[in-house]
Parts: sequence; structure tokens; C-alpha cells
Amino acid sequence: MEHSLVQHSMIILIIMTSLGIIFGLVLAYANKKMAIEVNPLVHIVEDVLPKGQCGACGFAGCMAYAEAVVTNPDVPPNLCTPGKDPVAKAVAEITGKKAAAMDPRIAQVKCAGTPDKAVQAYHYSGVQDCVAANLMFGGQKTCKYGCLGFGTCVAACPFKAMTMSESGLPVIDPEACTGCGKCETVCPKKVISMIPVGAHVRVNCNSHDRGPAAKKACGAACIGCTLCAKECPHGAVAMTNNLAIVDGKVCIEKCSDPVCLAKCPTKAIRKAVAGIVPGTEPEA
Amino acid sequence: MEYFTLFMGAVIVNNFVLTRFLGLCIFFGVSKSLNASVGMGMAVASILTVSSALAWMVYNWVLVPYNLVFLKIVVFVVLIASFVQFLEIAIKKFAPALYEMWGIYLVLIATNCVVLGVPLINASANFDFIKSVINAFGSGAGFALAIILMASLREKLQYADVPKTLQGLGIAFILAGMLALSFLGFSGMIPL
Repeated sequence: MEHSLVQHSMIILIIMTSLGIIFGLVLAYANKKMAIEVNPLVHIVEDVLPKGQCGACGFAGCMAYAEAVVTNPDVPPNLCTPGKDPVAKAVAEITGKKAAAMDPRIAQVKCAGTPDKAVQAYHYSGVQDCVAANLMFGGQKTCKYGCLGFGTCVAACPFKAMTMSESGLPVIDPEACTGCGKCETVCPKKVISMIPVGAHVRVNCNSHDRGPAAKKACGAACIGCTLCAKECPHGAVAMTNNLAIVDGKVCIEKCSDPVCLAKCPTKAIRKAVAGIVPGTEPEA
Repeated sequence: MEYFTLFMGAVIVNNFVLTRFLGLCIFFGVSKSLNASVGMGMAVASILTVSSALAWMVYNWVLVPYNLVFLKIVVFVVLIASFVQFLEIAIKKFAPALYEMWGIYLVLIATNCVVLGVPLINASANFDFIKSVINAFGSGAGFALAIILMASLREKLQYADVPKTLQGLGIAFILAGMLALSFLGFSGMIPL
């Protein structure tokens, strides 16, 4: 078959269009004919959810959680961390389940290793991303536990609650942070953790190195001296592998006047002030 | 006999994953557990067979008569995408258990290069309909074989003391290389 260019183009257009229409019609017909009735409650629940698609609930997204919470009686209505209490109550009301109380959480960066305090092992000039930098011998800092400061968490935050400060540590906006834990998941150093809102103190260090090594690598390090753990009368501070860890729940419930931070030789344990660079909290 | 050699050739000698190095993304992504890899292998094999048959029809009855062979890649992509979509709707309706098992893999297959590669090879080799289907089914079975082999090896690897630098994908790539080398031993057994 010999055609002119115009004829050929016409044939292409017709054939491709009709193929597309045929495929489209088959799909549309199938979708109509084989539609599965979705429980209308699923859509109502989905409307209530914040739609950050953060996955903090443990499901693939808001839609998946809505489906699970409606169809599965074992899925509790209070899994949506960003939604906090109001969403948990609303979901519980729609699905007729009992809502347990939610503990609001906020992200905390457990590192105060600004460039003037943390010693640099080498100069990193590769891809500006924490995961990539971490592949290079665990990052540019001598301390192998600290924040690398390339903002992988900032980019991952679905609620735009994180900003990178000039000192190379991320700052968390307490108003915007929903405690979904996405940053915790993406951080290759696991230097971000979720603490209960209202905890009095926090430890701005993630180093499990022994005292001398930790001190050598960073001026702001927790050297594992256990002074804070001994000071705390409520047992809220525990020592794990040369690092003080504050149990925020005990801290909120039992303590009104924190004394643990007074004796810290490196000022690694500080008052928990939201929204500022770790390590710049006012002295106790 | 001719069909048998074609089938065995597609399964072992020209194994898509281990000698042609196609479909590697799923090969590494889904080969962590044996269960998932069996499901994935079955899904690929069945989709490959049916979509190749459809592609053969469209190619020989529409594209060749109208001199549109140069459009085959575009047409095949659209065809495979809509077929997979159709299959997803149908399976969701008629076999919810199967849908639960295949889950996201079913949709992932729409972007798998094996599924596009087989119709293209069928077209360029001018296979007739039966040969096309046999070649496609063989390729799918080969993919399933490769991914199941890989998954069983990786499950065993859980108990091995892998050096820290090689843990995860690193050792998986070495393993895949060794598998490919061993499959190289089959080359030349069936001239194609």
C-alpha cells in the first residue's frame, strides 16, 4: 500500500484514536460493570482525615486507613497522629468505635552539634543529602551519631514543619509539627525522635560513644556521666549505652521542677523549648 | 518438538532476567521473601502470556496492514497498560483473595520491561500466534524461575554473616551476578 504523507498521517491518526477509544471503552465498561460497592463510610472517614498521606497510622495512605478503620473492627480510630484528638474523636464517632486518648507528640532533633562544636572528619562535597552523605563513612562529622544537616528530613516533612537553620540543624515549628514521624523514618542517623508535647527536658545528643570519645568529637555531646540520671528523683532519666534518655511521659506526669539539668557538665540535657535550634535553649 | 525447544529456550537459555537483564527492578525489589516472589512470578507469567497474545493480534491485524509498524512501542505500551488495568478491575471483582495476594505487584507489572520486551521480540522475530504465546509463556516461566531462585537464596542469606558493607542490595547484586554466570552455562544449548 503506497500512500502520500498526508494520507499516511490521517491513517495513523484514525487508527491510533480508534485504538485509544476501544481500550478506553473496554476499561470504562469494565469499571462500571465490575464496580465493587465501597462502604460510603469510607469516604466520610477519608474526608475527616488530614490527607498528609504521611503513613504514621501504619497504612499506605489516608484512603487505606479509612478503608481499614471502617471495615476492620480491630483497627482503632486513634491511629492518625497528625489529626490528634479531634480527628480521633470524629473517626470514632463515624465508625462507632471507642476512641482512646491521644498523646500529642512533637519531633525532636537529638543533636546540638553545630559546626563550631562538632569536629569535622572530612569535607563532604557530594550529593547534598543525608542518606548519600551517610554512605561516605557515616558522614562528614567525627561523631557518627549526629545530625548531618543536609535536610533530608526537611524535604520529607509533609506538613512543612521543618526548616534548616543557618547552624546546620533542623528547627521544628511546634505549631505545624503533627508528630507523624516521617522525619524519624527518613533520617539515616535516626537522630530525630518523637517526644510527648510538654516534656520539661530533652537530651540534645544521640551519641553512644564513651565519654572521652564523645567529648573529643563534639563539644555538645552527652558524655554518659549519669549525673542527670542520679539527680532525677522520679527515675525519668535512664542511661542506655553512654547516653541519657528522658522518658517524656514520666517527666510530664511527675515532675514540676526539673533538677536533672543543673549538673550536666556539657549542657547536653536542656529545658525542652520548641521551635528553636537545639543547644540554644536559655540556661537553666 | 519445535515448540518445546522454543519454550525451553525462553525459560532457560534466553532467560529474561539472567541472560538478557530485563525486568531487574522487580527482580531485586520483590525477591526478599519467597511468598511474594511466587505471587509475582505467577502474575508476570500470566500477564505476559495474555498481553503478548493481544499484542500479536494488534500487531499483525492492525499495525502491519496499515504500515504502522514503527508505532509498535507506543501501541504496545498503551495496550499493556490498559490490559493490566482491566485485569486489576476484573480480579478485584471475581477473585478478591488473589487480589490481596498480588496486591500492588499487579499494577507494577504495567511498567515492567519484560512485559514490553516479549511482544517486541515476538514482532521482530515474526513469530506466528502459537509461537508468540509459547515464547511469552516461556519467558514468564523463566522470570518466575529466576525470581523464585533468587528469593530462596536471599532467604537463606538471612542466616549468613554478610560483611557490613555488603548487606542488603550489595550482596543481592553479587548473588544475581553468580546466578547469571551459572545460567551462562546453558547458552548455546539451543540455537535461537
